[in-house]
Amino acid sequence: MKPANVAAASLNRQAQLIASVMFLIIGFALSTASHAQTTKVAAAVAKAKQDAAPPKSIDPTLREIEKYREALADGNPADLWEARGEDLWKQKRGPNKVSLEQCDLGLGEGVVKGVYASLPKYFADTDKVEDLETRLVTCMVLLQGFTYEQAKKAPFGSADNRSTMEALVAYVTANSRGTKMRVALNHPKEKEAFEIGKKMFFHRGGSHDFSCATCHAQDNIRIRLQELPNLTKQAPAQRAYTSWPAYRVSQGELRTFQWRLFDCFRQQRFPELDFTSQGSVALTMYLARNANDGVLTAPSIKR
Amino acid sequence: MKTYLPSILLVTLIAAPTLVFAQVKADNATTVMTKSFKERGQAKLDRLNQDKAMAACTEYATKPMPSKVAAAITAENLAAIPFPKDGNYLGDWKAGERIAQSGVGKQFSDNPANPSGGNCYACHQLSPQELSYGTIGASLYQFGKNRAYSPEIAKYAYGKIYNSQAYLACSNMPRFGHNQILTEAQIKDLVALLMNPESPVNK
Repeated sequence: MKPANVAAASLNRQAQLIASVMFLIIGFALSTASHAQTTKVAAAVAKAKQDAAPPKSIDPTLREIEKYREALADGNPADLWEARGEDLWKQKRGPNKVSLEQCDLGLGEGVVKGVYASLPKYFADTDKVEDLETRLVTCMVLLQGFTYEQAKKAPFGSADNRSTMEALVAYVTANSRGTKMRVALNHPKEKEAFEIGKKMFFHRGGSHDFSCATCHAQDNIRIRLQELPNLTKQAPAQRAYTSWPAYRVSQGELRTFQWRLFDCFRQQRFPELDFTSQGSVALTMYLARNANDGVLTAPSIKR
Repeated sequence: MKTYLPSILLVTLIAAPTLVFAQVKADNATTVMTKSFKERGQAKLDRLNQDKAMAACTEYATKPMPSKVAAAITAENLAAIPFPKDGNYLGDWKAGERIAQSGVGKQFSDNPANPSGGNCYACHQLSPQELSYGTIGASLYQFGKNRAYSPEIAKYAYGKIYNSQAYLACSNMPRFGHNQILTEAQIKDLVALLMNPESPVNK
């Protein structure tokens, strides 16, 4: 080996050494940063939960229910839905055999982190205001080539008929844990959705004269033993909205916000709220906007 | 007259589009709502329709209702109550307790062949043994006892359950008789739950 080559080889080795040391340092820094990020999110969620917790009840029956809820929160099976949702998000699916990784949920193609905090919002490609579920349907149709009927099939799953939608929603919302709600009313269609949603909230009808407001426009009331949040006020609206979606112990399923509205209207004695309909998105817009600045803690666990 | 014409025209030009816009907005909300529901089981789309009271209660949900409007609602609903001809308002309190506990009826998930319940405990405290009661309505514990079991109160209780808006415009309480949720006999059973001295409500 010529001296020049030796020098070059030694230089090369030095460069390799420096590179690997740099790599280690950067790697360490990155892992520390990501660890710090995870810890930060966990701390934010814990703080939000603490802030969001309603004042401790004096009623002994309600105190026992609170204890039950605290015990539940220890192990949340929503993890299983989140994991299945991540797989479904990354899988090449549909006639077009593409994944949802190019889906724009509002913060750009493929961005999942923090998106739930800005939904519902206006999307130029569909010229519509869409909530998370509606947007996922849009992506399944436009990207993956499913029909609307296929994409909207089984929005609410059961043990023998698992819902793709519920899993995807669990995955996406889990990636917004610790994020502050920031739903905008900039586009005229966003403002219109809010106004229509507000009208729906106060619309009395059905055999029982009920509106959403019958149960959700007063402070400190309960139905049977269930406390009812006043969704016209910011603090209780934040507590309620940021805790959805949720794993429902009584159903053994993870339920989305669309399901929450669907089942409220069932009990309101209204006809069936059509999944991802314009009205469902409008009402979600009204409630999500009322919850602005609340920190998302979902998917949570409820009885 | 000539001098007024231009200003009238001007006012009309400014006001008309504003009015039309407001109208379109309200209609739009109704249209969106109608298109966003589908009939299922016994819950048809006509459930979204409103009678006079519902429409007025919706209109004034977020602002004070003029007393004239409220008085018209109560008068109209009171006039629509067919009080039992025999003047008897008291049925069986034990049957009443079961009706007060039951929350089924009129949901698209319910079988319309089964009788509806009143679900009174969802909103009211009644028998002290039942700890799972709501607080949307007033506590009715000792309702009859506190009112000396008076016959006028029994008639009022019947009317209130039959059509709550006969006494309070835009009450949160369903109009159980008026909207054919409960039968006359069922309402009498509930009145007995409230008014019979043997009922746990009065213990």
